[in-house]
Amino acid sequence: MSEGLNAWQLIASGDATLISIVRLSLTITLAAVAVAAVVGLPLGALLALTRFPGRSALVVLVNGFMGLPPVVVGLTVYLLLSRSGPLGAFGLLFTPAAMVIAQALLVLPIIAALTRQTIEDLWREYRDELTAMGVGPPGRVATLLWDSRFSLITAMLAGFGRAAAEVGTVMIVGGNIEGFTRTMTTTIALETSKGDLPLAMGLGAILIGLILAINAAAWGLRVWSEQRVA
Amino acid sequence: MMRAALTDLPLILDRVSLSAGATTMLDRLNLAITPGAPTLVLGPNGAGKTSLLRVCMGLAAPSAGTVSWGGRTDRGLGRRAMLLQKPVMLRRSVAANVAYGLAQAGCPRHRRAARTEELLDRVGLLGLAARPARRLSGGEQQRVALARALAREPEILLLDEPTASLDPAATRHVEEIILMASQSGAKIVMASHDLGQVRRLAGDVVFLVRGRLCEHASAGDFFDRPASAEAAVFIHGELVL
Ligand SMILES: Nc1ncnc2c1ncn2[C@@H]1O[C@H](COP(=O)(O)OP(=O)(O)OP(=O)(O)O)[C@@H](O)[C@H]1O
Ligand SMILES: [Mg+2]
Repeated sequence: MSEGLNAWQLIASGDATLISIVRLSLTITLAAVAVAAVVGLPLGALLALTRFPGRSALVVLVNGFMGLPPVVVGLTVYLLLSRSGPLGAFGLLFTPAAMVIAQALLVLPIIAALTRQTIEDLWREYRDELTAMGVGPPGRVATLLWDSRFSLITAMLAGFGRAAAEVGTVMIVGGNIEGFTRTMTTTIALETSKGDLPLAMGLGAILIGLILAINAAAWGLRVWSEQRVA
Repeated sequence: MMRAALTDLPLILDRVSLSAGATTMLDRLNLAITPGAPTLVLGPNGAGKTSLLRVCMGLAAPSAGTVSWGGRTDRGLGRRAMLLQKPVMLRRSVAANVAYGLAQAGCPRHRRAARTEELLDRVGLLGLAARPARRLSGGEQQRVALARALAREPEILLLDEPTASLDPAATRHVEEIILMASQSGAKIVMASHDLGQVRRLAGDVVFLVRGRLCEHASAGDFFDRPASAEAAVFIHGELVL
């Protein structure tokens, strides 16, 4: 397929295999971040704004889960989704859906923990002012989320970066099936072991470019937001 | 509207104490705030002026005693507004900050833009409407916060040193706004360190020392015949300990 071509030629020629792999990776990771955000933003806000017994333990747990080993997440999701597992009936193992679930679990603590910290700090600053303006709980959450939107987008970008770069979970729950669940990272792992270095290097270059682009976007957003709303 | 029928006055503090840990900020205060000319709250730094205003606003619950607004003891907001000693600007434009206050006060969406302009014009900041509010100077922020408080069309307007970081012209301007609000029926309760300002604005004076109500008298009596030794030395610009 790519014998004799070097990595740059592969990228420049828009190799079909390469493009489909990149597209699948991006789709899965974006979906995972979206799912994690839908759960993580409200969860983080809830943790920031409520007081209940065991809250501190939960905060520590969520913070700690930011560093979850991807292979352990992969293993857990594998056990849940495998034929004999509790969710085995859905037949999701070795599908892109399973990979989205696994990556979402990986990203969720990052988004929830950073949201909690951001919202809690902002609430400390806004509390008297919002209370004096008669803002009720739903309005508070909306205001705090909106006013910390740039920090929260940065948190989501951080989650995206982590999910896009990891290989352990998607390898385990996706199975690295060619043309179906093969992502950039799993392809790199496989092709390197097979000795097809150009495709591995091409994908590696694209992945690094992607991560750099995300970080540039986060940086740009920060600078821009500081000028806009400080 | 149901709310309009309720009044927050008189505001009555009955043996109110406020403490945090070992610190007593307010010590068994009895006070009645009734309609009429502005009530000015005086006292040295740390006397408890901010604490008193926060309790009056309902931002802090007393650790002992009761506060009631028009006979009701629930802290749910009626028509009260407060300008904090250190106002916090939302991360939005100046106009959006005022519009936010209007929205919270129940001003219908289609009238907000015009009302925002009106309020910003009143505090002399119309030219800064589009600027990010957090980039304004301290004095400008204080005036945005005043506009935001006026947006509530409050029945009781609590002001915590509203002119502390204003230049002389802006101070006079804000005093005029306060007097206007007072004349149109709002009850002003205001902390100040500026004795000239107190003479210009006060109907009555609440004088605090170390969390205790030291004196509550009409402005004339307070300045001409202070009843306490503390008040006498305070008026003469000496340190009250
Ligand atoms: N959250 C708190 N915890 C502990 N002590 C506090 C707290 N808030 C205020 N205090 C203390 O309570 C006292 C009264 O504070 P307060 O802010 O009401 O004073 P103030 O009269 O407004 O002073 P200033 O003129 O400096 O604004 C001060 O000694 C202050 O240090
Ligand atoms: Mg104060």
